[in-house]
Amino acid sequence: MTETATARIEMRGVSKIFPGVRALDHVDLRLEAGEVHALMGENGAGKSTLIKVLTGAVRRDEGEIQLDGKVVEIGTPGEARALGIGTVYQEVNLIPTMSVTKNLTLTRQPRKFGMVNWREAREVAKARLKRLNINIDVERPLGSYSVAIQQLVAIARALDDDTRALVLDEPTASLDANETAMLFNIIRDLKARGLAIVFITHFIDQVYQISDRVSVLRNGRLVGTGKIADTPPLKLISMMIGRELEKTALRLVGNAKTSDAPVVLEAEGLGKRVTMQPFNLKLRAGEAVGLSGLLGSGRTEVAKLIFGALKPDTGRLELGGAPMHGSSPGASVRAGIAFCPEDRKAEGVVGELTVRENIVLALQSKRGWLNRLSRSEQERLAAEMIKALGIATPDAEKPVGQLSGGNQQKVILARSLVAGPRVLILDEPTRGIDVGAHAEIVTLIRKLCGQGLALLVASSELDELVAVSDRVAVLRDRQMIGEISGADITRDNIVHMIAGAKS
Amino acid sequence: MNEKYLPLAATIVVFVALFAIGGILYNNFVSTLVFGDLLADNAFVIIAAIGTTFVIISGGIDLSIGSMIGFVGVVMANLDVVGWHPLVSGGMMLVFGLVYGALVGLVIDFCDIQPFIVTLAGLFLLRGSCFMINLDAVPIRHDFVQDFAAASIPLPGEGELHSSAIVMLIALAAAIFIGHFTRFGANIYAIGGDRTSAALMGVPMRRTMMGIYAMGGFYSALGGVIYALYTSSGYPLAGTGNELTAIASVVLGGTLLTGGVGLVAGTLFGGLIFGLIATLINFNGSLNGAWIMIVGGVLLFLFIVLQRFLVGSFRLRSAA
Repeated sequence: MTETATARIEMRGVSKIFPGVRALDHVDLRLEAGEVHALMGENGAGKSTLIKVLTGAVRRDEGEIQLDGKVVEIGTPGEARALGIGTVYQEVNLIPTMSVTKNLTLTRQPRKFGMVNWREAREVAKARLKRLNINIDVERPLGSYSVAIQQLVAIARALDDDTRALVLDEPTASLDANETAMLFNIIRDLKARGLAIVFITHFIDQVYQISDRVSVLRNGRLVGTGKIADTPPLKLISMMIGRELEKTALRLVGNAKTSDAPVVLEAEGLGKRVTMQPFNLKLRAGEAVGLSGLLGSGRTEVAKLIFGALKPDTGRLELGGAPMHGSSPGASVRAGIAFCPEDRKAEGVVGELTVRENIVLALQSKRGWLNRLSRSEQERLAAEMIKALGIATPDAEKPVGQLSGGNQQKVILARSLVAGPRVLILDEPTRGIDVGAHAEIVTLIRKLCGQGLALLVASSELDELVAVSDRVAVLRDRQMIGEISGADITRDNIVHMIAGAKS
Repeated sequence: MNEKYLPLAATIVVFVALFAIGGILYNNFVSTLVFGDLLADNAFVIIAAIGTTFVIISGGIDLSIGSMIGFVGVVMANLDVVGWHPLVSGGMMLVFGLVYGALVGLVIDFCDIQPFIVTLAGLFLLRGSCFMINLDAVPIRHDFVQDFAAASIPLPGEGELHSSAIVMLIALAAAIFIGHFTRFGANIYAIGGDRTSAALMGVPMRRTMMGIYAMGGFYSALGGVIYALYTSSGYPLAGTGNELTAIASVVLGGTLLTGGVGLVAGTLFGGLIFGLIATLINFNGSLNGAWIMIVGGVLLFLFIVLQRFLVGSFRLRSAA
């Protein structure tokens, strides 16, 4: 890294306001030539907005951007490119059905007499790949190559002779260890050529492997920038999560003894390549187990693997002592596992159906369409649940889409509960819910455990996990790294474990 | 062989096999006479299907082809009555097809509406317009129609390359050039492969979408002109259902309905296969015409299944 008077890129006081949200609040970011600069932050911290401002995909409301000391205006992705700022987006944004050559040369194919000269285009494509030491058949469709190769092709497309800065948005998200190592070699090589590289990732380990400096964003503000050598993991994580670590949230409920209760669900060596390393997990009746970890650490993946929404390729799962054969959401529901997904709009409620219809949905599908629940039975169940969970709705016939977020969440919960599950998996049960409803749902979780239900709660809110869990399984970088139970469940302990300072 | 040519190869194999079956069953079937007539009889559908190929490669669909063919014929016939030369009225209808298609593309892109609905509206609009102008067939009596029908290039043997087949082959060559040797052509494939990525990669979306449907409109109008000249009349019901034949020809030619994959040349053979089935059944004489559709349907079904496997084989490898 060469620390000079003028940075390669200097963003000063950049703000962006979306309707209702201040996505970026006077953020400064300084990128030097020849450095790998990690950009970190939890969901909604403003990382992608900042990157989009830099690459012209979003227009900033305030602030200025300097490139090698000169103020520049970046209005479109094309302008950013012309200025030498290349971007590789999170999902490989290329065309899988087209050949590598066509992907690398799209919209700027060499032409002769108005005709695309494909022979020359192939040479251009090969030359671009050669800069990254890749040698592949450029005539094959891009989609026939591994994600790692596709990622490299995307980088090759983003790199021009005059590229001065390269933005990599979670380039390693779907790569395995070898592929990541290969990518890092290329990043080091590009760094040696004097490019400023912005590296966004959720993998803490990778930040320490490859970056020179790190900037942390939270709630649209820059929390700080520092040399990676001066920023130990614990400090980095507390910068990301935000609150002071000393403050320990109180556990809401001292829990009844559950350690001798029967094991309801047991996962042994359950895992899926790239997505989640094999893990072991036991759930006892009446026990609430929390899944904790940073964004992208594998919380949701664990929940989905157990429910069968993701197909595991290793390990096995036992429910009530009997092995589960095959894994599909349908089989899980029949076996008594219920799952409340994180994104309730996309995967959960059916907004147009009424509260009653939503509540009986799972039970009805469990019984099969021939064995229809009578209307009066449906009404009785709905009324019971509305009362038990305190769903605020004028009546059971209101479309769920018109309820508040917290009440929609409760409807999903009700739907899972009427089917009478033995295991309930909640993924981010309080996301997008106001404080009052939040507390109610936490209390509800405790109450359900009291009734003998085994609960698995994946959450990004440490306080919530501390409040509800009897045990917390801690995840980092798609690996289950340890468990904390009983009185040891504190914010501090969880954060320390995530940071790897203690295990 | 590059896997992108596999569906085309399969189509050509089916075409040659059908032709061979004809040769085994009937004397004189494998001749330039049959082949020349096959090209001429199906020229108008194939021309329209060539334009649709681009639309389908871009991930869209065009349902207004058949109505366009009818509308072009009706307008040309009525202009013939008032003394217009068919070349002038035909040229005007080509411009109309181009502008109409560009507008359809604009609506699809600007309003972000599914092409299915927009072109379905076009189907009703144009067919309705046919009936507004005329309820009956109107003959086109201009001498040019006879001259056009008579013009041909002799083929070895007894066959001839008729004028409509010549127009079709020129249209095909132009389409191959546009599809495979221009940036615009590459952009069509990019949009069909992944619309969001294409936009991020700098493909000019609006311009390209308008261009795609303008080509679709132009080619179906050209199909209409050829049909009007070939039948020397304009009939408000002409071309009914041809949009589906055109789409089927495109799919039989190896183009994926999901977009991004396909070859213009495949459409020629896809269209010829349909024509060949009809010829075979006509040669037989005793078979009901319904067999044309049944055999076509079976072939179409087999092809879609084949494509699913071919595409699956290379898409699955990339999904990790």
